Amino acid sequence: MNSATAELSDAAVELDDLHVRRGGKSILSGVSLRVPPGRVTGLLGPSGSGKTTLMRAIVGVQIVERGRVTVLGEPAGTPALRRRVAYVTQSPSVYGDLTVAENLRYFARILGAQPGRIAEVVELVGLAGQTLQVTRTLSGGELSRTSLAVALLGEPELLVLDEPTVDVDPILRRELWQTFYDLAESGASLLVSTHVMDDARRCHELVLMRSGLIIATGSPGELLEGTDTDELEDAFVALAGAS
Amino acid sequence: MSPTATLSTTARVLTQLRRDPRTLALVLIVPPALLALFKYVFDRHPMTFDRIGGPLVGLFPFILMFLLTSIAMLRERTTGTLERLMSLPLAKLDLLAGYGLAFAAVGAVQATVTGGVAFGLLDLGADGPVWGVVLIAVANALLGMALGLFLSAFATSEFQAIQFMPAVVFPQLIVCGLLVPREEMPRALEVVAAFLPLTYAYDALAKVTADDVDGRLWLDVAVVGGAILLALVLGATTLRRRTA
Repeated sequence: MNSATAELSDAAVELDDLHVRRGGKSILSGVSLRVPPGRVTGLLGPSGSGKTTLMRAIVGVQIVERGRVTVLGEPAGTPALRRRVAYVTQSPSVYGDLTVAENLRYFARILGAQPGRIAEVVELVGLAGQTLQVTRTLSGGELSRTSLAVALLGEPELLVLDEPTVDVDPILRRELWQTFYDLAESGASLLVSTHVMDDARRCHELVLMRSGLIIATGSPGELLEGTDTDELEDAFVALAGAS
Repeated sequence: MSPTATLSTTARVLTQLRRDPRTLALVLIVPPALLALFKYVFDRHPMTFDRIGGPLVGLFPFILMFLLTSIAMLRERTTGTLERLMSLPLAKLDLLAGYGLAFAAVGAVQATVTGGVAFGLLDLGADGPVWGVVLIAVANALLGMALGLFLSAFATSEFQAIQFMPAVVFPQLIVCGLLVPREEMPRALEVVAAFLPLTYAYDALAKVTADDVDGRLWLDVAVVGGAILLALVLGATTLRRRTA
């Protein structure tokens, strides 16, 4: 990574003392975080730890109680960011009664993407054989890849993915990760939430969350070293126990 | 606002409808079938059929577009596509106008088919121009769409959304003057009716079918137009970029 000053100036995402309440319950209680640019950052933590809420705040769709969220140098949710940031929710948000191609065409027009981009994203997520299929009839993994394809249409600078590898078989998982690396290589920043240790291992950077707080950050290697463990799962358990 | 975004939304909504041919068939077949039923129920009272038949042609689009839009919008909300759209560079007005154009088109086809059957096959008498009925029917389709869009924000399931029809549409149909002339109703109901948009839609339709074109007709049409705008503005406030 670059020098400390460069890191501060061009962070993809910076959170400063972020507080979020939902339904009278505190979900995020003072989260500060810096997501580096051009890297795949993994967001790890048990269900209910606030991963999705944190991602929603970064995308700018979450009402926050207090704190600052800066994304690509601008306050989260700024209209200009709607082209630069893409968000893939856990449940695939595409039109079930349209085909893959029709979904992509619609969102491409809204984003003003070139028509040629549709074939590219279809290739990227490995759905070339399914473009004429109505998405309701796709398998779970295919459906979430359709949702991912929509997010890739606008060539976003920041890609926020909520559990993108659920229901994905090992071969495809490997391919998706190659896609993530390629995107990071081309300069995009990725924030990926996951439950799966196999995914965590592949991230450049990890952020561990528990009960609305960040309990550790670092590369997988650093986390193993810091906890004196050989497996990320053990490291995670050690860190969660210590917090 | 961008014409591309509006028109692609219209195209998208129409493609979704086309994927559901049974719904489309019901939209086009049920209103003329119901009118035929009315005709035979009022077999001994052809005058009554002539009085309510014309306005009904123009009121069906209101009812059906209200239902279609509330369900379609509820689906957008529950499947997350609305949240996705709100995180994209799409103006709320583009989404509303896109839906409006799509349902206005469906409403126009529905009113044309229903009007064609009613005036052509069922011998429904009308002194006024049929195209006038179709035009007001399109306005009613938009009114139904705008109200459905607004109210869908208050439903969390399709069961609830469907219940809004008897709750919101039926009372307006009952007091608008279709069943009983408003001046024969208790004064309180007459006053209530004066605040409901469907009352003005009915008056406009009754005037057009009776070929009674006067200043009052344009006032009725203007009130319906105002109600559409008001409902659209209210609907727009329920489209949130940020949610809790």
